[in-house]
Amino acid sequence: MKKLRSKGFAIQRALEKDSTISILVVLLGFLVGTILVALVGKNPANMYKALLQSVSGYNLDNGKMNVRYIGETLNYAVPFILCGLSMAFAARTGLFNIGGEGQYIMGLTVAQVVALLGPPIGTFHWVLAIVASMAIGAIWGGIVGILKAKYEVSEVVSTIMLNYVALYLSRIICLQLPGATTYKTANFPETALLSNSFFQKLTNNSLLNNGFFLMLIAVVLYWFIMEKTNLGFGLRATGFNREAARCSGIPVVKSIAVSMAIAGVFAGLAGGIVALGSFKYGRILSGMDNYGFNGIAVALVGNSRALGTMLAGLLFGILKNAQALMQGKQIPKEITFIIQGLIVVFIALRSAISIYLAWLNKRQLQKEVLAK
Amino acid sequence: MITIIKMIPSVLMIVSPILITAVGGMMSEKSGVVNIALEGLMGIGACAAASAHVLMEATGMGGVSVWLSLAIGAAFGLAFASIHAVASINLNADQTISGTGINLLADGVTIFVAQILFNADRTREFKMGMQTDKLGIYPTAYIAIIVVLLAWFVLYKLPFGMHLRACGEHPHAADSVGINVKRIRWIAVLSSGLLAGLAGGCIVLTQTIQYTSNTINGRGFIALAAVSFGRWRPIGVTFAAFLFGTAQAFAIIANNFPALRVLPTEVFNILPYVITLVALVVFSGKNYAPRANGRPYIKGAS
Repeated sequence: MKKLRSKGFAIQRALEKDSTISILVVLLGFLVGTILVALVGKNPANMYKALLQSVSGYNLDNGKMNVRYIGETLNYAVPFILCGLSMAFAARTGLFNIGGEGQYIMGLTVAQVVALLGPPIGTFHWVLAIVASMAIGAIWGGIVGILKAKYEVSEVVSTIMLNYVALYLSRIICLQLPGATTYKTANFPETALLSNSFFQKLTNNSLLNNGFFLMLIAVVLYWFIMEKTNLGFGLRATGFNREAARCSGIPVVKSIAVSMAIAGVFAGLAGGIVALGSFKYGRILSGMDNYGFNGIAVALVGNSRALGTMLAGLLFGILKNAQALMQGKQIPKEITFIIQGLIVVFIALRSAISIYLAWLNKRQLQKEVLAK
Repeated sequence: MITIIKMIPSVLMIVSPILITAVGGMMSEKSGVVNIALEGLMGIGACAAASAHVLMEATGMGGVSVWLSLAIGAAFGLAFASIHAVASINLNADQTISGTGINLLADGVTIFVAQILFNADRTREFKMGMQTDKLGIYPTAYIAIIVVLLAWFVLYKLPFGMHLRACGEHPHAADSVGINVKRIRWIAVLSSGLLAGLAGGCIVLTQTIQYTSNTINGRGFIALAAVSFGRWRPIGVTFAAFLFGTAQAFAIIANNFPALRVLPTEVFNILPYVITLVALVVFSGKNYAPRANGRPYIKGAS
């Protein structure tokens, strides 16, 4: 009897940890996804074969190994991780940045403009393009921050509006670029591309590029700013309790604006990297790329921590790279979207766990009181 | 002038679904639950209606099929809205997260269903959608008018509507006089899902011949904008939906006007969002929004 209770206690302790819940939520998402695949008469094993190939490059069906898949998975993970960091940075300040998508689109657009119109000088060209994409991300996020801090406009509404403003603005701008047709522009000059010949050799000509390094730097910077600087402390304090932060002399209004601007930098960087790393020409977007929206899920799964967000972003990269492989095995690739959506829905439902824990506590107390 | 009169039916065609969805969103927010899942729910409704219509058309049901499909679309919208209701009302979850989850889920579920049913990333084309009346106006316009009038009547003329608004302004006060806050919020969220699903069906059956991942294309978010631009009142929301819908219509038909051809059509696409942003700034500080909007109701907590 006593042993049973201590086991229950261990589960209870585990459920109080955020990381356990994240793992649980992801597993649940996959479980429901698997059941769904089986229900529509497809073989779920094929789904996992595709996922395995996406992670390791190993094809179970013919026993062949191709490292290119690993490179592609990592490349797909980069924008997910960066958009995740964008959402996470705002979340730690108590803000909900649905605007990652808009900031990403603006970054992508400006990177394309600089790539096509900027000076084609060696490394300087792509560095300039990336810096510009980060700057526009900061502006696009900063607008939201200022609207929120100064005019009390809900960031949820304003970011949603700015997402679509960004989409159509991007179309207007990109349609004016050299060689623009209805869906693409002229090719970028070589100097604007992020391609890395070492990575290409290593991963059998995958699209993995210098953006990977930028992502790693961003993750480290995120951790450093958040956990080790005064700025990060102020932001986190604002996130925990805005009034208390204000009373302790933390400039809350400034915190909100700065936080949204930095969040925008991450998403803008993601846009720049996708534009110059994964494509050789400018794209005229006809719809959202959804990296920004999925960044919300990535940050939620990663509990807004640097490492957690990186791992969650990798998971999303794996899913994205597995899409084409699944389609080749007669599994509709949309199952990956469903799994991602389910993960977010389950995260929303996780408050059920805290309600359950509170109920457990109450019952235990009742028992103890009655035993006396 | 004649061109403008000729435009009216197509403007109405585009306005109606936005208006229907916006009224649903307004009901939900009036009761205190923000529903940013409107976009996804419209997609679910549109996909369900399109699939149902294709399958029933093949059995030779004729005109009844259109109306039945609309009902099916609405039913599916309602079913998926219940996820949002459970999360935000019973489990006190963050309403933005659960709304985002449904939006992401809808992206997957709709095309997944199309892949299973029709082996393609879109539903099969149907032969005949909804038919216009003698004036060239689709019945969806009349549905929208009925929905607005009904919502106004329920919200402002029935005791139930007063209870609903009380839940959005001060749920604790409402609870203290015996109003069942959770039940009322459930009804409000479900009706927003029902209306979003219905609107999705309206889009598919009047504006296109199949469901693709591009069918909704931000209209749910426009409806959301219309709710706040319309200051959470039926008349305001109607006006906002008309304004935004007309802007959308212009994006499609601006080519008919030589004077407008100099502007990129995207300018009209941007208008609703920019107008809403500007309006939110201009009217900031004058709290038009329901006071408890977006906050979970936890009994006993002050």
